[in-house]
Amino acid sequence: MQQIINGISLGSLYALVAIGYTMVYGILRLINFAHGDLLMFAAYAAIYGMTLFALPWTLSFPLAVLLTGVMGILLDRAAYKPLRDAPRISLLISAIGASFLLENLALVMLGGVPKGFPRPEVFAKVIEVLGVRVQVLTIYTPLVTLVLLLGLLFIIYRTKVGMAMRAASRDFETTRLMGINLDRIIGITFLLGSMLAAAGGIMWAMKYPQVNPFMGVFPGLKAFIAAVLGGIGNILGAVVGGFLLGLGEILIVALVPGLAQYRDALAFFVLILVLLFRPTGLMGEPIIDKS
Amino acid sequence: MDKRKRNLILNGLAVAALFGVLLAFDQFGTNYQVRILNNMAIFITLAVSYNLVNGICGILHLGPNAFITVGAYTSALLTLSPAEKQMTFIIEPLIWPLSVMQAPFVVSLLAGGILATIFAFLISFPVFRVRGDYLAIVTLGFGEVVRVLCNAFQSVTNGPLGLKGLHPHTNLWWSWGIAVLTIVLVTKLVNSSFGRAMKAIREDETAARAMGIDPFKQLLLAFLISAFFSGVAGGLLAHLITTISPTLFTFFLTFNLLMMIVVGGLGSTTGAVLGAALFAWGGEALRIVESPIDLGFFTIPGIPGMRMVVFSLLLMIVIIFARRGLMGRNELSWDGLMGKLKVMAR
Repeated sequence: MQQIINGISLGSLYALVAIGYTMVYGILRLINFAHGDLLMFAAYAAIYGMTLFALPWTLSFPLAVLLTGVMGILLDRAAYKPLRDAPRISLLISAIGASFLLENLALVMLGGVPKGFPRPEVFAKVIEVLGVRVQVLTIYTPLVTLVLLLGLLFIIYRTKVGMAMRAASRDFETTRLMGINLDRIIGITFLLGSMLAAAGGIMWAMKYPQVNPFMGVFPGLKAFIAAVLGGIGNILGAVVGGFLLGLGEILIVALVPGLAQYRDALAFFVLILVLLFRPTGLMGEPIIDKS
Repeated sequence: MDKRKRNLILNGLAVAALFGVLLAFDQFGTNYQVRILNNMAIFITLAVSYNLVNGICGILHLGPNAFITVGAYTSALLTLSPAEKQMTFIIEPLIWPLSVMQAPFVVSLLAGGILATIFAFLISFPVFRVRGDYLAIVTLGFGEVVRVLCNAFQSVTNGPLGLKGLHPHTNLWWSWGIAVLTIVLVTKLVNSSFGRAMKAIREDETAARAMGIDPFKQLLLAFLISAFFSGVAGGLLAHLITTISPTLFTFFLTFNLLMMIVVGGLGSTTGAVLGAALFAWGGEALRIVESPIDLGFFTIPGIPGMRMVVFSLLLMIVIIFARRGLMGRNELSWDGLMGKLKVMAR
């Protein structure tokens, strides 16, 4: 029981990050390698907000989320926008470069020593649910994810911007012909995706209160795998994939403790199996090649 | 004079010149210079073989670190003597056949290359079922899996402790010999009908298939050859550093290789050579930004890690503003050089 709750909590974090991947992939057909590093950026922003500027967490967290969103837009403008018409391989290399740049900039400017995350009291409490003692945070994480997800679905399915985003992920050229400012839509996609990653990053940092410049790499990779598992380009798929991966990781280690060492390899194993047998993922539509 | 004959002579002269330079450094160079030259040769081997897959076939493969790891461990385990292995494996003893085996350096390098090739063959089936970004992620995944396995299989790899006290077999002759061999073989391959088929796949896979090219066969060929040389270079690297552990072979290594071939020009063998040489030399030259700079009245403190910032910025600048890199897809060749000379002489 305890493990299932942990799994759901971890899964919802993967889901939050995976949504960002899937949104960007849906529109640009690009794996945003730097997405995981935005998560790291958010964690640092929240820390500095609380320690350096002595903001309460209620102010510092939303600010960090917002800053990360802006960072996402900047990332797109600097690293991806000049390459819109370039071959995909160039875009991917640029993404890898951006990811390394962010990591190493953080390393140079903030130092490589892991920082502790000052966890607000509200989240550190331990309560008893259904007979097991869990941290409040573990319960809050899926709830926050749910709320954010509903908000996102509202934006995508009930607003004009969302409609434009869905159109752009179908067909770039036609959307442009319809008089939609694609750069603005792409910018908004990055903004939303990065903000979700930031929310995930802050909760990740509270769960594992060790913030270092490379903390985003593994959550990023695994969230990407979750997105592929669910069917990349599909937001609900990313959520389902995230939960499945999170639950799977926790449960496998809980049931077969001998496999704990292989936990990080498991995700890739899942990825390879998915690509072998169902390349479009669990909920994906056939991949349309937009070249 | 016949062009082929002339090129043969010029190539011979170039190799002889390289031999002279190496001899000079071998005799009079400092340890530091020899070390950089060794690094350069190993990077050249790695970059040229990596470029065969990424540049010539046009698929983004992000797992050369897996092949290098396999090669390095295989060759290291073969050259250590049974007694040394017993000393190194303190937590869990090495499994049986490996614990008593010992082979000369050449054999160990070959074995490293062959095992890396076998590994590449095994993973090729899932890898080549997909293309593009998916292929990049799957190969990246295999690179990570190999690293995790290296940490976990203590009775083969000694886990996170790694292997220590390897004999420094790698010298200028070995490293540059293999680099030259790699360049010659890869160039021959690229200029053969196989190479043309690979380039056709890069340009348009569907069209290539319509011309009767089997993409899987061609890509597999490139992949296996690339893995073989990466494995051999891994063995060289292991015997140059003399200590290997899983942390040496992370995605970081792949990133560096990618940077070399992108800066050199994706798809150009001479570009890869130039990129690798620049990286080996530039990596050392850039140490300046990490060490304190004394300006007389005050000192700028050195910032460790600054080199990587510079490198990743460089990669992005090249890919955004000068996507073709130094060489584009062109090669430096004697024909081209002679042509330039004739123009200048006129």
